[in-house]
Amino acid sequence: MTVSITFLGLLMVTFFIGRVVPIDPVLAAVGDRAPAEVYERVRIELGLHLPLWQQFYIYVQKVLTGDFGRAVLTSKPVLDDIVRVFPATLELATVATVLGVVIGVPMGVLAAVNQNRWIDHVIRVMALFGHSVPVFWLGLVGLLIFYAWLGIAAGPGRLDVGFDDIVEPVTGVILIDALLAGEWDVFANAVSHVMLPASILGYFSLAYIARMTRSFMLEQLRQEYVTTARVKGLTEGRVIWRHALGNVMVPLVTVIALTYANLLEGSVLTETVFAWPGLGSYLTDALLAADMNAVLGATIVVGTIFIGINLLSDLLYRFFDPRAK
Amino acid sequence: MRTLTTILAAGAVAIGLGAGANAATPKDTVVMAAQIDDLISLDPGESFEFSGSEVISNMYQRLIAYDIKDVTRLYGQLAETWYVGGDGKTYTFKIRRGIKFHSGNVLTAHDAAYSLQRAVIMNKSPGFILTQFGLNKDNVKQRIRATDDHTLVVETAGQVAPTFFFYCLTAVVGGVVDSKAAMANERAGDFGNAWLKSEASAGTGPYKLVNWKPKESYSLIRFDDHWSGDKAATQRVVVRHIAEPASQRLLLEKGDVDYARNLTKDQLEALANNKDIKVQQERKGSILYYSLNQKNPTLAKPEVREALKYLIDYDALEKNVLKGTYVVHQSFLPQGFLGAIPDRPYKLDVAKAKDLLAKGGFPNGFSITMDTRNTSPITDIAQTMQATFAQAGVKLEIIPGDGRQTLTKYRARNHDIYIGRWGPDYQDPHTNAETFAMNEDNTDDAKSKTLAWRNAWNIPEMTAKTKSAVRESDTKKRVAIYEEVQREHHKTSPFVIMFQQIETVAHRANVGGFLMGPSFEDNLYHAIKKN
Repeated sequence: MTVSITFLGLLMVTFFIGRVVPIDPVLAAVGDRAPAEVYERVRIELGLHLPLWQQFYIYVQKVLTGDFGRAVLTSKPVLDDIVRVFPATLELATVATVLGVVIGVPMGVLAAVNQNRWIDHVIRVMALFGHSVPVFWLGLVGLLIFYAWLGIAAGPGRLDVGFDDIVEPVTGVILIDALLAGEWDVFANAVSHVMLPASILGYFSLAYIARMTRSFMLEQLRQEYVTTARVKGLTEGRVIWRHALGNVMVPLVTVIALTYANLLEGSVLTETVFAWPGLGSYLTDALLAADMNAVLGATIVVGTIFIGINLLSDLLYRFFDPRAK
Repeated sequence: MRTLTTILAAGAVAIGLGAGANAATPKDTVVMAAQIDDLISLDPGESFEFSGSEVISNMYQRLIAYDIKDVTRLYGQLAETWYVGGDGKTYTFKIRRGIKFHSGNVLTAHDAAYSLQRAVIMNKSPGFILTQFGLNKDNVKQRIRATDDHTLVVETAGQVAPTFFFYCLTAVVGGVVDSKAAMANERAGDFGNAWLKSEASAGTGPYKLVNWKPKESYSLIRFDDHWSGDKAATQRVVVRHIAEPASQRLLLEKGDVDYARNLTKDQLEALANNKDIKVQQERKGSILYYSLNQKNPTLAKPEVREALKYLIDYDALEKNVLKGTYVVHQSFLPQGFLGAIPDRPYKLDVAKAKDLLAKGGFPNGFSITMDTRNTSPITDIAQTMQATFAQAGVKLEIIPGDGRQTLTKYRARNHDIYIGRWGPDYQDPHTNAETFAMNEDNTDDAKSKTLAWRNAWNIPEMTAKTKSAVRESDTKKRVAIYEEVQREHHKTSPFVIMFQQIETVAHRANVGGFLMGPSFEDNLYHAIKKN
């Protein structure tokens, strides 16, 4: 119930904002040169001659039957578009988050344990850098170094042209599809393409995750149970990595989940630099073109992701925190 | 410091995991990096975007075409011969024999009739190019007909300059579609539109469609049974959407693409000394202009209009901002069009502009706004204008906006000054003459909303003269009228035409043969070859 009200509210706000922006959606559909009669016909086809509330009513009715309409930008059904662009974002965001967690959490722990020592400072500067440098710049510099100079990463795009269309899309996530088809060359090529943009994006979540881990850990390390554990003679490693970090996991999961959700919305700039056809640039292009069907469709996806990930992190709570069981 | 090194090393290893990035494109495949996000349809009866024109022209052919090196020369593509009847309204085309479509079906005059009829009946964005000859969904089946398998007859409503009609047929919308294949894939009476728009090609051109992934790429493969000498030299052409020019440059330098289509001036300069990369250029039909809304009483003063034409540093802009992308051009017909003139009456002359402003009653200048879309090079030009305008006391306030936003305002005639780009709809001079020099009804709810109308420029005499050119069957006389109208336009119009686009393409030195003409529909792939 709450979920459906949230959705309706989300739809309503997006719908009405889309209608008040000073962009003519008919123009977006027919182009600047279309003669008056074509313009008028399309205006009626789009239902724009009806009162606003009626347009909204019709839209919601259609959405309930699974019809999101056609996107002007691609002239394909919005649902098809999302099925195509979302896996690209999912692939990138997942790899990025994995990198962020695998590197960010230990970095945060290290920083907390060595509070105010040089390791802490270095990690803090790195985290600060990750948070303040524009991703656009970092992406281009990354391409320049790892692709153009060192030649260890592949360039923009999801695959080299030679590997295009070898694997039939099943999930749309090339890494998975390639494994399913047993095409190791395609898999390796896809990995070489995803690693650089994922590392750049991962660096941003890493910076955030490391900072949060550090502050959570500092708080735990001051607790009495840590002193008790040390007095009991447990090794320092066990105290830190098992006892303290174990207690940090609960709030940390929320942080990670939110970072992941943010990445799943798509990152326009990274997608642009790396020619990654994902949800972020799709949504942005649609917004700028007043392509309301596409905007609303993508908004619903983003909304679903947020709700889904919230649910997931609730479930993970129970897993990490025995008290919640 | 060890931690940092370890982390960086870990990152590098992670990146390198799958490495083995191929440094060169496959031998039988040409790869282009281009901005193709404007592509929304691959149906010749519907497409009206630059990218669409280009890809469709490689898959479909028209009845007649023009020589891209000399636009005044028309030749038969799918039509072998043609003639105009004595009434000046009946055109007969003899269709070539033995030409095959991508499906293997043989081309007949019925296919040509079907293609033109469907474009008229669907009446999508480019439909007006045909409907302006008095064709509509009710009469099109009588007026466009195949009298036998090899004869097509088209009747226009009134007598027009034959060149006007022929050039309109050379447009993408004149592309001939395989009628059997289109009908077999028809959905809900759409003439196969949904199918041709994104799934397949049904033409006679040297390439056929493999697939199109919107905002990602399109891929073409050689049509082995292509009939003409324009048989494709390379098996496959893949065009990838790479939005960021800096990424395009890196891909080209590494050899991961053979062509980069949207490099900027700085990038081209940086590549100038790279032996592996060459550059080719061609003038395109688009022009950059700014226009003055005549609803604004200040801008309506003839002296002000003229003064503002002297407040642009045309040469400096070309040299410092636009090099390799635009050249100075001051008339509404771009070079490469019938009737184009090379006149350059204006250059930066602040003293003269001040003088004119004083005569117009603004010795100390005035303040004015300009709607400016947020894209390069428009914003750069706007900023330079701001500086040169200020020298004569004109305070220019730039209102930035998204393209569709500024356009919505422009079309509603709510702007003061609008700066924008105009590309011709087809290769006949009438396309630009109509929009820049005709305004049949200056009221707010006029039917025809040309650029002259958008700027509320009321010109009954010029409208009549421009219209007469379309009916002039003597090509020499027709050219003379356009020349005269353009010279008058220089002096009196509220349009300050500044530049004409040149398309600059950078490519690997071992690849060549990309043909470029004055329009995007003249960008042809069939001769591209790799060594």
